Amino acid sequence: MKFYFFHLMPYGALDLDYVKTHESAWLTLPNSYYDPIQGHRLYHRYLGELRLADLLGFEGVCVNEHHETAYGLMPIPGVIAGALAYTTKTAKICVLGRALPLLNNPLVVAEEYAMLDNISGGRLIAGFVRGIGVEYHASMTNPGESHGRFQEAHDLILRAWTEPGPFAFEGKYYNFLYVNIWPRPYQKPRPEIWIPSQGSAQTIDWTSHPDRKYTFLHTFSPITAVRKFVGQYKKRCEDYGYSPSSDQLGWALPLYVAETDAIAQREARGHIEDFFNKFLRAPTEYKLPPGYTSLESARAVLSGTLKVREQHLSFEKLIELGMFICGSPSTVVEQLERHHYEMGIGRVVTMLQFGTLPPEQTEKNMRMFAGEVMPKLRHLR
Amino acid sequence: MVDQHEFLTVHGCRVAIRRQGLGPPLLALHGMDGASSFGPLTQRLATRFSIAVPSHPGFDDSDTPEWLDGISDLANFYLEAIYRLDLRNFHLVGTSIGGWIAAEIAVRDSTRLASLTLIAAAGVRASGATMGDPFLWSPEAQVRNLVYDQTIATAQLQAPASEDELDRRLKNRFTSAKLVWNPRFYSPELQKWLSRLRVPTAIIWGANDKLFPVEQAHEFKRLIPHSMLSIIPQCGHLVHVEKPNELSALIFNFTRQGA
Repeated sequence: MKFYFFHLMPYGALDLDYVKTHESAWLTLPNSYYDPIQGHRLYHRYLGELRLADLLGFEGVCVNEHHETAYGLMPIPGVIAGALAYTTKTAKICVLGRALPLLNNPLVVAEEYAMLDNISGGRLIAGFVRGIGVEYHASMTNPGESHGRFQEAHDLILRAWTEPGPFAFEGKYYNFLYVNIWPRPYQKPRPEIWIPSQGSAQTIDWTSHPDRKYTFLHTFSPITAVRKFVGQYKKRCEDYGYSPSSDQLGWALPLYVAETDAIAQREARGHIEDFFNKFLRAPTEYKLPPGYTSLESARAVLSGTLKVREQHLSFEKLIELGMFICGSPSTVVEQLERHHYEMGIGRVVTMLQFGTLPPEQTEKNMRMFAGEVMPKLRHLR
Repeated sequence: MVDQHEFLTVHGCRVAIRRQGLGPPLLALHGMDGASSFGPLTQRLATRFSIAVPSHPGFDDSDTPEWLDGISDLANFYLEAIYRLDLRNFHLVGTSIGGWIAAEIAVRDSTRLASLTLIAAAGVRASGATMGDPFLWSPEAQVRNLVYDQTIATAQLQAPASEDELDRRLKNRFTSAKLVWNPRFYSPELQKWLSRLRVPTAIIWGANDKLFPVEQAHEFKRLIPHSMLSIIPQCGHLVHVEKPNELSALIFNFTRQGA
C-alpha cells in the first residue's frame, strides 16, 4: 500500500455561523468572509504541512483545484505545486487534478504540468478531472459538454506531450494550428496519470480502457459507494481482458489517528462534522447542474439514492458510512488492511487536515499516521 | 375541435407535433417546460387558428439528436420543418426560449411569416438587468419564481406527478440547460441582427417576470422599433399559464391588426 498526503487548503478561519444566513460555502458565499491576513497565514501553514509530509516519507504530496469556495483555496493548484516542486526532495507532486472542461485552452495544462515535471525532475503525477458540478456554475462551462470537453482536452494534452511539434489539432471544442509546447515533460514518455472520480459510469469505462489504464481514485464517498465503483472499475478492466494492478485502484478520504480510539474521537469529532456539514455544504442544484451527469444518474438522485450528503452527517454517521476513518493506530491499520484485502486498493490518498483542524493536531495526526500506521501497511501489494 | 398528434422527421430527428383548430396557420414554440403547459392558451387560439405545437428536439416525446448544441440548431431545424409542413403566411408565436427560437427563425428567413409574437422571450440581454438563474433555484423555487400568483404555484406543487411526468420534466431541464447555458439565455448574434426584421411583431411580457426582467421587453422593443409592446400587470414569466385570456386576446387583436 502506498500513502499520499493530500491537502485541500481550506479557509479554516471561516466564520461557521455563515450557515445561518447562506445556503452554501460555495459559489454564493460572499468573499467578504475571506480575510487576506488569515489567508496569508494559512497558505504558509499548509505549505509547511505539505513539506512535512515529504520529510515524513509519504509517497506523494497532493493538491487539487476548486473555485469560488471556502472549501479549498487552490483555484490555481499549479501555484502550490510549483512551490512544492522546488522545496520537496523525494515525494511525488500530485495535482489531483486540473479540471479540463473548464478551460478554453487546455494546452496551458500540458505546459503547466510539463513545467512541474521538469522543475521536480520527473516527480509529477498528473491528475485530470471534469471538476465537480458547482464549478460549471462558477465557470459558465456548459455541463452538457463536460465529458466531451474532458476527453478532447485529454487527447490534446497527451498528443502535445508525446508527439513531436508543431502539429495541428482538430476537435469539436478545441482547434489549434500549432501545437508545439515548450518545455516537453521530463518523464518518458509522459507523467503518470490519475483520474479522481466520484464514479460516473462513463469515466470508469474510459479510465479502465487498455489504451489508458489510468489510476482510478475514488474520492470522499461512503464505503458502499467506494466498494461499488472500485468493483465496477475492476469489472470493466476484466471485460477489457486484463486484471488491474493495485496501483490502479485508489481511495481518497479523511483520517484521524490518536493514542486511543477515545482520544481520536474527542479530538476529531467537531472538526470532521464541520468539514462535511459546513465546508461541503451545498444544495443539489449547486452540485448537479443539468447535463453534468447522465439522465439516469439524475433520476437516481431525485429518487433519493444519492442523497447521502443532503442529510446532517454526525461523527457516528460518518464512521458508520465509512466516509471517515478515526481511531488508535491499530484501529486505523485494521480498517485499511481490511479494505486492501477486500477491494485491492493499493493507493490511499490521506486527508489528515480537514476544515478547521488546527496546526498542532494536524501535525500530530500526520506524525502518528506516518510513524505508526504506514509502516504496518507498506508491505501490502 | 379535433386535437391531433403526429410525428415529423427532419434532419434525422423525429419530433411530436400537436395540431388543433381551423383557420389561418399558427406555429407555437414552447419554453423550457415543454409543450404541455400550452394547453390553456392553444385551446383559446384554436377557436380562430389552425395551430401546430411541436415539441422541440430534445423535449417531451421528441428525439434528442446528436447535432443539438444550441438555439441556432433549432432555428435551422424549424426552417426546414416549416418548409416540410408547407406552412405559408403563418403566425409564429414563441414563449421564453421558444420566443428566442422564433426570433432566430425570423432573422434568418421571414418570407413565410404573417406575424411574429414574442412572449417573455429569451434571446436578448438588457444590460444591467439581472436575469434569474433557474439552474440554482430549488425545485420549489423553480415553480414559485415563474408565476406572480402564488396560488397557481401552490396548486402545481401539490398536484401529484407520475414517474413519466417527472422524467419528462428532467429531460426538458437537461436540454434547456444545454441550449442556454453560456451565453446565458441570449445570443450576441441575434441581438446584432434583430433590426433586420420587417414582419409585424408583438412583444408581450409579464410585469413581474423574475426570470427575464421586463427591461428585456424594452430591449426587444428598442431593437425592433416597429413592434408593439404589451406588458401584463400582476403576471410572472409563464404568461400563457397565468394570463391565457389576456394573452389570447392580445394575439387575436394583434394578428388582425398586423396581418
